[in-house]
Amino acid sequence: MVDTSVDLGGLDMATPIATASGTFGYGFEYSGSMDYSKLGAVTAKGIRLDSWPGNAMPRHCEVPGGLVNAIGLQGTGIEHFLDITVPHYMSQIGSAPPMIVNIWGGSIDEYSEVARRLTEASATKECSAIRAIECNVSCPNVKEGGHTFGQDPKVLNELVSAVREKTNLPLIVKLAPNVPDIGVYVRACEDGGADALSMINTIPAMVIDIEKRRPVLANRTGGLSGKGVHPAAVKIVYDAHRVTKLPILAMGGVYEAKDAIEFLLAGATAVAVGTASFTEPATAENVFDGIVSYCERHGFDSVSQITGALLA
Amino acid sequence: MILRCETAKVVEHREIGSGYRYIVFDTPKMAGDMIPGQFVHVKIPSLEASALRRPFSVFDAEEGRVHVLYKTVGRGTAALNSVRTGDSVSVMGPLGHGFPSQCNGVALLVGGGYGVAPLHFLAKRLKAAGHGSIEVFIGGRTKDDLLAVDRFRAMGVGVHLATNDGSEGVKGLVTDPLDDELARIRASDGKFELFACGPDPMLKAVAMRATGTSSRGWISMDRHMICGVGACYACIQKTVRGNSRCCVEGPVFRAEDLVWE
Repeated sequence: MVDTSVDLGGLDMATPIATASGTFGYGFEYSGSMDYSKLGAVTAKGIRLDSWPGNAMPRHCEVPGGLVNAIGLQGTGIEHFLDITVPHYMSQIGSAPPMIVNIWGGSIDEYSEVARRLTEASATKECSAIRAIECNVSCPNVKEGGHTFGQDPKVLNELVSAVREKTNLPLIVKLAPNVPDIGVYVRACEDGGADALSMINTIPAMVIDIEKRRPVLANRTGGLSGKGVHPAAVKIVYDAHRVTKLPILAMGGVYEAKDAIEFLLAGATAVAVGTASFTEPATAENVFDGIVSYCERHGFDSVSQITGALLA
Repeated sequence: MILRCETAKVVEHREIGSGYRYIVFDTPKMAGDMIPGQFVHVKIPSLEASALRRPFSVFDAEEGRVHVLYKTVGRGTAALNSVRTGDSVSVMGPLGHGFPSQCNGVALLVGGGYGVAPLHFLAKRLKAAGHGSIEVFIGGRTKDDLLAVDRFRAMGVGVHLATNDGSEGVKGLVTDPLDDELARIRASDGKFELFACGPDPMLKAVAMRATGTSSRGWISMDRHMICGVGACYACIQKTVRGNSRCCVEGPVFRAEDLVWE
């Protein structure tokens, strides 16, 4: 019997599999089409103080090996999220997996306030599924949730420190892949008091309709996700793990167990399934089953033994 | 209604005219729950593993089977062409917000091209519910784009045809015979409801004929989708409530709720 539980910076996960923010709605949408018992956590779509309309259409384009999107973080504000969405998630999903709530905002104060309200609500029965916060500082598709906070290590450190002051929930920071040295950003998060890191967000990307001579996406540019980004994501997780003891939630092109195990060997503690769920909602459970059988074949008693077990 | 993901055997797949095909999936768990206007989200077997599913509105659902009428328009539908009888295909459904099951007055169904698919399912259900007064208006560029005409006639509903080139029915737009019918209904103070599916300009024209009247209009929007379940927010239609998702708040919207750009 393989022990599949992992500890992601204080977030106890029964399995090492989460869903990636923005690919799994608010946790309940796939109800009926997959087995939630194999998820260690779900990650809710980005939440800020007030509702946000998102970008104009078109918002996505299928490309070889994945998807370029510029949804633009459309979503309801924190009030609706706490009053309606989280209780609905908990009532729809029997034994609902712990929820990681992805947050973003236009200012450090906004991030802090959203974190404070989530923390307060997490102590209530209705919202007790809320178990961790993931700070999004790396969305390529909105100015505020992206470059302003995620590209400058000093600002990033200020943001993480400010959010840290408002929450005792496990605090995960989701980093951008498009930086010259991930180590600088990892340290900014460590020094700010983060409990864990998640990576990677989508890679900035663009698709052009050559007949119309216009960008395909209304936002002109977007973020690339899916199979094609996976090797790039493994490298970034590997680089980050070498310079930190913080646990890493890895995502980027996980379609099968092999992809997830690469992340674990590179140093990840847990793995999120993202774009693959769109094509196959059962991806997360298939990945889980594959990890367990890998542990059995290789003589690992627990999934956590795989973390960083890459041989020199 | 429970969302399901079924591995379905293809029990029929054939060409029914220029570029249009008919495919039937054996989906015993979901077929009985299907409501006209809803769709299924299909994983195309011959595409690469990372390819997105493709949404198809339902032409018919009975005896554990879901019937789809589609046009080959892009990479996904072209790849679907190669699926053979006996192949297994992953089908998700029922998905989306469908047409209402009741109609007050004459049911006026307006379809363009493969947009007749959900209207066929709707007409069949309305008939089964005892609704006597159904008129269907089918439009296309040429007579080759007028689909399922015989199926509607066999059901005993009134059929009105229009083609851009005049190769069959009225030469002009599908709204031409529709307007004649609306004039007749109004002259006798009759009631009606509009149900439409097809290209956007046609939908807008139909929606305008319901907006601001006491009659209701139900418009089925066709948008590229990613997840089909309301998780990704890619298939947005502007409505009076803001940015609505076609896959869950739609694809069928009330005409007066739509905001046209």
